[in-house]
Amino acid sequence: MLSPELWAQSLWETLYMVIVSTAVSYLIGLPLGLLLVVTDKGGIRPMPALNTVLGVIVNILRSIPFLILAVMITPMTRAIAGKAIGTTAMIVPLTVAAAPYVARMVESSIKEVPFGVIEAAQSMGASPWQIVWKVLVPEAKPSLMVGGAISIVTILGYSAMAGFIGGGGLGTVAVNYGYNRYNFEIMLVAVIIIVIVVQIFQVCGMWLARHLDKRNR
Amino acid sequence: MEQDCIVRIQNLNKTFRGRAGEVVALDGINLDIRRGEIFGIIGLSGAGKSTLVRCINFLERPTEGTVEVDGQELGTLTEKELREARHSMGMIFQQFNLLQQRTALQNICFPLEIAGMKKAEAAERARALLDVVSLSDRADNYPSQLSGGQQQRVAIARALATNPKILLCDEATSALDPTTTRSILALLKDINRKLGITIIVITHEMAVIEEICQRVAIIDSSRIAEVGPVEQVFTRPQSAMARQLIYPDGKRDKLATGKHYCRIVFDGNSSFEPVVSNMVLECKAPVNIMFADTKDIDGRAYGQMILQLPEDERAARRALAYLETQNVHVEEGDADAFT
Repeated sequence: MLSPELWAQSLWETLYMVIVSTAVSYLIGLPLGLLLVVTDKGGIRPMPALNTVLGVIVNILRSIPFLILAVMITPMTRAIAGKAIGTTAMIVPLTVAAAPYVARMVESSIKEVPFGVIEAAQSMGASPWQIVWKVLVPEAKPSLMVGGAISIVTILGYSAMAGFIGGGGLGTVAVNYGYNRYNFEIMLVAVIIIVIVVQIFQVCGMWLARHLDKRNR
Repeated sequence: MEQDCIVRIQNLNKTFRGRAGEVVALDGINLDIRRGEIFGIIGLSGAGKSTLVRCINFLERPTEGTVEVDGQELGTLTEKELREARHSMGMIFQQFNLLQQRTALQNICFPLEIAGMKKAEAAERARALLDVVSLSDRADNYPSQLSGGQQQRVAIARALATNPKILLCDEATSALDPTTTRSILALLKDINRKLGITIIVITHEMAVIEEICQRVAIIDSSRIAEVGPVEQVFTRPQSAMARQLIYPDGKRDKLATGKHYCRIVFDGNSSFEPVVSNMVLECKAPVNIMFADTKDIDGRAYGQMILQLPEDERAARRALAYLETQNVHVEEGDADAFT
């Protein structure tokens, strides 16, 4: 069995990778998702050409399996992070894979805001910018939180896969000690820890979403 | 211009390009709405009335024609000027369209924030408006905690926040029960009187027009069929659509044409008692007076009357049964028996 310190360190590495990648993915994915809604045909600023281009890019990135994508963009990873393995380096492919995913999650949350509410804001003379930040984002907040919980769990899944390409964290422990050395126990412990982390993220996200939502009071 | 018009719509056309080609929503609309009046626009669903009201604040841009609001032609404005112009037009909707994640007070603050008012000042104005719509005690409630009528009151307060000159109401009472509808209409009437705001009401219910409007336009398949003062349109409808809206079941056209007749003999019962009209009201059955020869002697009615009863068998039975309880002598028969 591994030392508790090693377990703690790999858990920390996983959390570091996942939280930083999620944050950066939202930094890119939130505006991208909003742009997808705003520039859509029935959106508040229709721009069909831009919308199609963004949609195609998002779809391409979303259709490449994570491991293949991570290997494919190794040169880019090296250019940005200075190296291709380790937790910090893994943030690059995780973000590239997750940002389009986040954009789609954001898009679907924002599209849940009823059109009537947007129309009401327009009738009051709200600008597209004001509609985005004062209507769309606040009204979709609970749904965005749910999307956040789902996204972070997906990114955690990617980060575990990154174990196969030297990503560090719990995935690497499961691969190096469990898979390569046929140590089933270590693999099982790594999986259990990942499951617990997923549960915590999921429960927290749902709790936040429910408590932020003013609709069911 | 002999009247002071606040909204002037000229030669307005609106076509939508859909999958099935072009759809004409509005065709050659000309309409003048006077300052300070409550103007109704009525039509069946799909007639184009919702599109028409959206052309007044340019939520829908007309394909052709002009819309002038308070002397300003909306088509010539830039996006920014148009948003500015919208501050002087409030709008309320069938589904209220309140921001679900904001309290009643914050909802009313919303248009003020949009217009750039300071938070504290906006909150103060919002409280005053909550008072106008009698919801002062609901300031911190979220829309989901309010009834439909209360939500519409908040929406009205929100629409009034920027001191508009015009209030557009798009089927504002169609999602409400009759009692709530009446209280919302009373509120609109009150606002019109006290604040002098021009109100434009879109509805498919004649009762709403009757209750609050001074003038009405009837819209039928994308065109205006008739415009006029409400009493005039109600008493002398000129267009087929007006007649259809005013008598939805075609009551006027199909009066009693039945084969059933009856003779009622008045034999000294009180002439102050309107037997026939009571029967009509009680049984909701129209009858036709074919012949009447009655005399009023010292407050008592003598004579006879021949009535043509409704065609519907059950309605005719009901009418006869009612008459038999009314202290008059009743004989029934067919047309040959009495004519």
